[in-house]
Amino acid sequence: MTRLHTGALEIGELDALSRRDSSAHRLDPRAKLLATAVFLATVVSWGRYEIVGLLPLAAFPLVLGAIGRVPCGFVARKLLIAAPFVLVLGAFNPIFDTAPRELAAGIEISGGWISYLSIVLRFGLTVAAALALVAVTGMNRLCAAASILGAPRIFVTQLALLYRYLFVLAAQAQRMSRAAELRAPGRRRMSIALFGSLVGHLLLRTFDRAQRIHLAMRCRGFDGDIPLVRPMRFGPWDAAFLAGWIAFFAAVRVFRLPDLLGGLVLGVWG
Amino acid sequence: MHMADALISPVVGGAGWAATLALAGYSARKIKVAADDTSVPMMGVGAAFVFAAQMLNFTIPGTGSSGHLGGGLILAAMLGPCAAFLAMASILTVQALFFADGGLLALGCNVVNLGFFPCFLAYPLLFRPIAGASPTRARLTAASMVAAIVGLQLGAFGVVLETKLSGITALPMNTFLLMMQPIHLAIGVVEGLATAAVILFVWQARPGILHAGSVRPDADSGAVPKKLVAAFLVAALAMSGALSWFASTKPDGLEWSVAKASGVAQMAAPVAAETTWPAVDAGTSLAGVVGAALTLIVAGLIGLAVRRRFAAKA
Repeated sequence: MTRLHTGALEIGELDALSRRDSSAHRLDPRAKLLATAVFLATVVSWGRYEIVGLLPLAAFPLVLGAIGRVPCGFVARKLLIAAPFVLVLGAFNPIFDTAPRELAAGIEISGGWISYLSIVLRFGLTVAAALALVAVTGMNRLCAAASILGAPRIFVTQLALLYRYLFVLAAQAQRMSRAAELRAPGRRRMSIALFGSLVGHLLLRTFDRAQRIHLAMRCRGFDGDIPLVRPMRFGPWDAAFLAGWIAFFAAVRVFRLPDLLGGLVLGVWG
Repeated sequence: MHMADALISPVVGGAGWAATLALAGYSARKIKVAADDTSVPMMGVGAAFVFAAQMLNFTIPGTGSSGHLGGGLILAAMLGPCAAFLAMASILTVQALFFADGGLLALGCNVVNLGFFPCFLAYPLLFRPIAGASPTRARLTAASMVAAIVGLQLGAFGVVLETKLSGITALPMNTFLLMMQPIHLAIGVVEGLATAAVILFVWQARPGILHAGSVRPDADSGAVPKKLVAAFLVAALAMSGALSWFASTKPDGLEWSVAKASGVAQMAAPVAAETTWPAVDAGTSLAGVVGAALTLIVAGLIGLAVRRRFAAKA
């Protein structure tokens, strides 16, 4: 039986999340995009053995996701699906890096485990932040933000078109695949020759569809830009959002906040 | 395979982004979109087509496991290098944003590995020459296979290089290479077969869809195509940077024999064969890159001088 990824459905869910409303959704997409970019740069800026310093950064995806009402289970599922490559590759670290390093308070384990944990943390932080960004912003507004921030217009327009027609073509591929299955009951797998024919037909239809789309867009006055229904305005809240998070990332990078916090607590206690 | 944010360092990520932005700007300028040109919808919808095609799994003959299409080569055959590069970049962007396949910071590197190598190197330098001006079934199949295999090998090597340069993983480079390259050889064969199947079907059904450049001979076959030169420049720089790490610090055979003959004792250590994989050293690779650049400049000057001499003779 031909198998079809259910990837398209996942995109639909993320798309639906991005159409909700919350104060996070109403922020200017440029502010969210830039904040996420600085966040990612901060996460990867440490050396390979950093664990504790990374922890406070979890605040960014958590806060953004909470305000944007992004379901935790959804993010967790995506993390699990995306995990294998990174986790398997990172698992080589404990094998090859066995020099002991201090984990905390005099406890020593091999450096490879520390760097592996760091990799897992980085993975969780970066993927969660990217998902939160898309869930509260949506593809169209992200494209618009990218275009204003300097991406080539051709690229942004065709990215928006890709997103729009992804669902359409995925559904068409699904119909073609089901039609092939129904016409060959009992055939267990799709040969490469059949695949070539199926995808070849899909490509021919794609070409015709693209020409129809182009004519339709030209008839409706398309001049190379896809206009936004809700115009973007960079207001004081957006500036505060961006500046506040950048300051937080800088503080986390420069000072080891967990150490400060722990020292404070222990100082009060003891 | 996609690079992940978890395994990347800021320098490598930034370099990947710089390369991607430069290539994207170059491609955007090269695609001259007239008002009645269908380029942009074709690019966008073509990219969506590749996405949809990736959802269809086929059986790999002989193994029983399933595979799916990568698509960079088909895009290049449909749209030409520049448009295909932008389309691949957008596919990778959507994958990074919606499938957590690769990360936003690693997106630059992924676009280079999976966009630049197939669209700007494998397609124009391998697919088009092998397919030739009047392609046959055999030539198209061979072109697809070779271009897919080489393109994926380059992409896999790119991943290994970027991971090693980032320094987050402790995997030694030769182990990583031994893992990645054979796997991607097999993936390349499968990709080549699948690409060939699709291209052959389309070529027989409606050959006009394939990018006109793939069936049209160069108008001025005398001049060296500039893109070819640029591609070799990039490849030379990359190779010199990477291979210089393996450069031995011991004197080469000529120096050794000269020193021996003149009696000058230059080396303190015995000249033993050493092919250990050295640690990545930015200093060596800079020297390697500078050396490659100088070599190319000298070669270019020699070429100019030779051409002028022959032109004067004729």
